[in-house]
Amino acid sequence: MKAQFKPSRRSFLKASAATGGGLVIGFALPGAGRLAEAAQSFSPNAYLRIAGNGRVTVVCGLSEMGQGVLTAIPMLVAEELDADWSKVRVEQAPVDKAFANPMFGIQATGGSASVRGFWEPMRKAGAAAREMLVAAAAASWKAKPADCRTHKGVVIHKSGRRASYARLVASAARQPVPANPKLKDPGEFAILGHDLKRLDTPPKVNGSAKFGLDVRLPGMLTAVLARPPVLGGKALSFDDSKARAVPGVKQVLQTPHGVAVLAEGYWAAKKGRDALAIKWDDGPSAGLSSDDISKRLTEATALPGKVGRNEGNILTAPVPAKTLEAVYEAPYLAHACMEPMNCTAWVKPGEVEIWAGTQSQGPTQGILGQVASVDPGKVKVHTMYLGGGFGRRFAPDFTIDATILSKMSGKPVKLVYSREDDTRAYYYRPASVARFKVWLDATGNPLSFSARVASPSIMEGSGFMKLPPNGVDKFALEGVQDLPYDIPNLRVEYSRQEPGVQVWFWRSVGHSQNIFFSESMIDEMAHAAGKDPFEYRRALLGKQPRYKSVLELAAEKAGWGAPLPAGVQRGIAVAQSFGSYVAEVVEASVADDGQVKVQRVVAAVDCGMTVNPEIIRRQIESAIVYGLSAALYGRITFKDGKVEQGNFDSYPVLRMNEMPIVEVHIVPSSEKPGGIGEPGLPALAPALTGAIFAATGKRVRRLPIDPGMLKKA
Amino acid sequence: MISLTVNGKNKRLDVDPETPLLWVLRDTLGITGTKFGCGAQLCGACTVHIDGQPIRSCGTPLSAAAGKHVLTVEALHYTRVGKVVLKAWLENDVPQCGYCQSGQIMSAAALLTGNKAPSDAEIDAAMSGNICRCGTYNQIRAAIKDASAALGGRR
Repeated sequence: MKAQFKPSRRSFLKASAATGGGLVIGFALPGAGRLAEAAQSFSPNAYLRIAGNGRVTVVCGLSEMGQGVLTAIPMLVAEELDADWSKVRVEQAPVDKAFANPMFGIQATGGSASVRGFWEPMRKAGAAAREMLVAAAAASWKAKPADCRTHKGVVIHKSGRRASYARLVASAARQPVPANPKLKDPGEFAILGHDLKRLDTPPKVNGSAKFGLDVRLPGMLTAVLARPPVLGGKALSFDDSKARAVPGVKQVLQTPHGVAVLAEGYWAAKKGRDALAIKWDDGPSAGLSSDDISKRLTEATALPGKVGRNEGNILTAPVPAKTLEAVYEAPYLAHACMEPMNCTAWVKPGEVEIWAGTQSQGPTQGILGQVASVDPGKVKVHTMYLGGGFGRRFAPDFTIDATILSKMSGKPVKLVYSREDDTRAYYYRPASVARFKVWLDATGNPLSFSARVASPSIMEGSGFMKLPPNGVDKFALEGVQDLPYDIPNLRVEYSRQEPGVQVWFWRSVGHSQNIFFSESMIDEMAHAAGKDPFEYRRALLGKQPRYKSVLELAAEKAGWGAPLPAGVQRGIAVAQSFGSYVAEVVEASVADDGQVKVQRVVAAVDCGMTVNPEIIRRQIESAIVYGLSAALYGRITFKDGKVEQGNFDSYPVLRMNEMPIVEVHIVPSSEKPGGIGEPGLPALAPALTGAIFAATGKRVRRLPIDPGMLKKA
Repeated sequence: MISLTVNGKNKRLDVDPETPLLWVLRDTLGITGTKFGCGAQLCGACTVHIDGQPIRSCGTPLSAAAGKHVLTVEALHYTRVGKVVLKAWLENDVPQCGYCQSGQIMSAAALLTGNKAPSDAEIDAAMSGNICRCGTYNQIRAAIKDASAALGGRR
């Protein structure tokens, strides 16, 4: 989900008089027309409406999963429009090529790419509207547009004459659309860079926000699906007599993916599903075990892999004074969104309508068109609020199965995953093993650095990407391959291993484990060199000013080197992902029984120019909590082919009583915006295990952290 | 037939009395502010009040609410403490994805109804049954403290 695509400059704007005399500005995004999913156009192709009462409605094609996109996108438009923020509303867009993210050419939300992709197009949409409003006012005053300015929804002539946008909408709609509206200099920003309140807070506080699970349609049935307990398994036969006897159960249907019970409401459907007696054929993965997977990945790193990066020559480097070798491992992980996966689908003759919290409305249109044998343009996607996304809601399993069930039953169907279904529905962050060999000179500086990573391929598993000719999955190596430190000889290799588990994007993707691996190894190198882990990093980041500045800021704000309460120690790590740089200092202690307690996390972030600093701070904090849950507890394991975890008792996550103090500091920057939903995550685990090493002398090389290993002897 | 009061309105329901209150609220009555997160009383997303006490509605059968007053987030603003808690949540801009927040708010309102000046340890004890995957715990704590101050709670 990274940039693969350069937006062309030949974007163009469209305007029309909307119903009720409003002004509508549409903005066809460059490149969007090349997509298969976008072949079917959907009017209004518009990002912005100004109503006759002055209300500004920004139409947003991105999914709100907590990251604040339904506030950030309107801020981009409102800034250049010089809108009165109190009159700005946001509306969820349908699927249309106009809403494809220019960074990857599809309408989807992921890769921390929303602001990065729409930074310019949304500002241009606002700027074009502003120029047309000014032109309309100037014409009515027989004045020059250059003698007019705008402020909070009003055009003001130098003579003092004023006209509100509300009064100008009809005449503005008749103005020619500027081909290349002038954008503000960042120094003029009055909205961007300010801590405006989120537009989605009020409905999320009073209970009125509608998530996918809250959809209710007349005649709708709720479905709960029994899936094969082993991936790739199949139902050989089943007895549904007990299921059908549950009051409220209406239908029992076998689908290619399992056996579903459809009922009036979730409770009857769940009871019915649990009453099914199914004989499963477990298929080829029946023997799958986590121990075997771990062994296989570890062994693979003993052999050369496909080369992702090769600089200098690790073999002919000068004779080292010290050689370090270490093997690191990270497990499969589930996303555990608060809202279990669900989708409501209604297959009608020749068309499909779905309501879902999805991160991938564009691709979904094409996929469901195939599933229901209808034209993709006849698939209408209603994007609901997402009760967490983290990459999981990019997957199509829940929309596909809901559509199949609606087609088979002839009814609108809401498919709901139980928590256990959700945890066991595959789509996991890949397990991964990294083997490092590092050669240091007599002063402890690295001469050569070799990393071999073995893991399944997300690119191949995604269904919409392929490994490139060099055989290297970029997601498998990101965070190791782009190691920023000044090391003359460096080689990074990838060994693709597929134990038979569906893998998927998980908040920060490959960085989520690879930064743990590589930053921990850097920590080991600092220790071997007898140097302070912060100073050691800083000295090797001389050519990387953005890494260096966040590292220094985090260390400064955390009081690196200053005394701490007894038993508490610090660790530090730095990472770049999705165009943003983040360093974190973790203060943690380890009790005699090995239990880890994190007291405080200090983060510094350079994400370029900011849209909403408070949302940035909250997203960094959010990613820290998500990363901390994974570091302390996260693990999906297999035994006899079955997932061993189910609910929050066996897949625990961080709770209020474990929450550290979090401070986030933003580096002022005039660089172009970076992503913000994911970049706070990767540095957390290595900073934490660095603190654990400082406290105990024990190096955690395997996640999640095992208190048994840290117990006092 | 089971009778109960939901958000001040009398309801007579012909529903299996073993049905969890959560699904009666959501599927039978269409009151969807109360969320389903785990179905096992582990995450708190389904927290509502029965006669003022916070309960996990996913594990509470309808029969346990018979003859009682059920309050959900949709009607919380009718209570004095609830109004203050909602205001604190708005002012602190607490939610991110927002899915767990109804449950968080109901737990916080129950805490502050019984103890208008909770300590950090008391906040932990009352709130640790409510999971937030977006990690808004520090903002939840700040909102509870603001609400506590607005209620005249002093420590």
